[in-house]
Amino acid sequence: MSEQGPGGLNPTRRDFLVKLAQGAAIAGTGGLLWDYILRNEARAAPYALRPPGALAENDFNAACIKCGQCVVDCPPLILKLQPAGGNLPIGMPYYEPRTGACIMCPDIPCMKACPTGALSPKLKRIEDARMGLAVIDIENCLSYKGLRCEICHRECPIKGKAITLETHPRQTSRHAMFIPLVHSDACTGCGICEKACPTTIAAIRILPHKLVQGKIGDHYRLGWTFDTEITQDFVPEAASPAAAKNAPVPKTAPGMDYLNEGGI
Amino acid sequence: MSALPSFSKADALASTEKVHNLSGGARVWSWRYIVLRRFTQVGFLLLFFGTAHWGWEVAKDVPLLAGNLSASKFIGLIPLTDPFAALQIFLTGHVLQQESLIGVAVVLGIYLLIGGRVFCAWVCPVNVVTDAAGWLRNRLGILAIFHLPRMLRYFVLAASLLITMISGLAAFEWVSPVGMAHREIIFGLGLGFTALLAIFLFDLLILKHGWCGHLCPLGAFYSLLGKTALIRVRFDKNTCTHCGECAKVCPEPQVLNLKKLEERGVVFSGECSNCGRCTPICPEGSLKFDFKPLIRSHNVQADAIAVQRRTK
Repeated sequence: MSEQGPGGLNPTRRDFLVKLAQGAAIAGTGGLLWDYILRNEARAAPYALRPPGALAENDFNAACIKCGQCVVDCPPLILKLQPAGGNLPIGMPYYEPRTGACIMCPDIPCMKACPTGALSPKLKRIEDARMGLAVIDIENCLSYKGLRCEICHRECPIKGKAITLETHPRQTSRHAMFIPLVHSDACTGCGICEKACPTTIAAIRILPHKLVQGKIGDHYRLGWTFDTEITQDFVPEAASPAAAKNAPVPKTAPGMDYLNEGGI
Repeated sequence: MSALPSFSKADALASTEKVHNLSGGARVWSWRYIVLRRFTQVGFLLLFFGTAHWGWEVAKDVPLLAGNLSASKFIGLIPLTDPFAALQIFLTGHVLQQESLIGVAVVLGIYLLIGGRVFCAWVCPVNVVTDAAGWLRNRLGILAIFHLPRMLRYFVLAASLLITMISGLAAFEWVSPVGMAHREIIFGLGLGFTALLAIFLFDLLILKHGWCGHLCPLGAFYSLLGKTALIRVRFDKNTCTHCGECAKVCPEPQVLNLKKLEERGVVFSGECSNCGRCTPICPEGSLKFDFKPLIRSHNVQADAIAVQRRTK
């Protein structure tokens, strides 16, 4: 007996296909939901300050096994694992400088404790750590008001390099100022400055680089600085005499066309 | 093979009677594995907690057991890594450091020897919650609303690995109630206990043995590792009266399929967590923990004894 139903349909086969579709639908919706929860959980990752040596955000999210060995091995006990339902991605280590700043242990015990390499052993000197960047709120910084504060400058473990003071002499009806300036090439983001800042809410704060640092772009030529390379556009003709003889003389130079076309 | 002894319904009822008429002392003694399991479950938590909070050390600056169930280091020397977490991290494309690979080897080695799901019954903190829910469910006599196939966990396992590859995040580790519970007990409370509460209610009111027996991909992962275990429950078909008391207490009763047990003489399924509920409850002593390589010879001996007894 053939299992042909009305319209030439095989009921067993139909049943199987429906089951297959149902299974796929459950797997699909479940999978999408799961994936959504994951992405939602990882959403706040850019706001977290990670221990020294932490990989870039996405790599760190992938590599951290959430074991807390860095937390156990941190001498000042400033590292925390984010519990469920917090503001940061679940289970991963972070620190809050205002309450607990990194003391920059020279032997970097937290990084050494990491079993997966999420805190990368490529970091050899703690001074090379880039956990975050100190940013000054100049509207609330005491130094910008002409008060002699400079606590951040004095407390900075990389004194004179990460935070320098810029003096602004007294002018008529203007107070003299000793203004702290942060230099990203030396600041590790340890947060000692944020912890020490005497204002009610810290006027100097550590933020992840991604949130504060811009990028100038390669096409800017700072001609007046000594080490800026001279680009091809401006190589003097004498530099390549052999080529210059045979090559057709270009009527225009790139970037300067409009000067000779009179079209302006 | 000798012919199976045939037991009558009366034999089975007599066995059941024995279970229900245990004396007080014998009843307490039958809980020995449960007490032992709570002891190891709390013990592991305590080791982690003491190291994190009270600075337990074996020597100066050598922490006793630092970390949690995802990864840890024992006496500053032996790394331990959750192989399932490591597998997920590997699938995100991150190259794991040597230390965590050694840790995976250590943990895999241990569970391949003693049974994958020994983790579930003897270490996992969520097991305490699901056991409590299971016990209460039995007590209250809550009826099933629906059934799900126990196979589902393997699909969840496959899904977790697939989603890990797609999202680049260790899919189960980011939502794992096991990890949440453990982390938050050791490293500070958050909302992880709501996940435990959800599991408790799910197991109690919605699906019997719902989490551990149907959904948890970590349990599924360890089930797959369970085949090689050296410690297993031996089944003696000669004394079993088919009273079914073991299946009543077993959280994974499908592993006690009597037909298959009679063929193999051992609870062979990787889904058995060696929890030790069935062995003390069995009124005929047909189920006993045994060393896997010796089980075959022990069964042959038991068969011989049974044949002798019958011919007498």
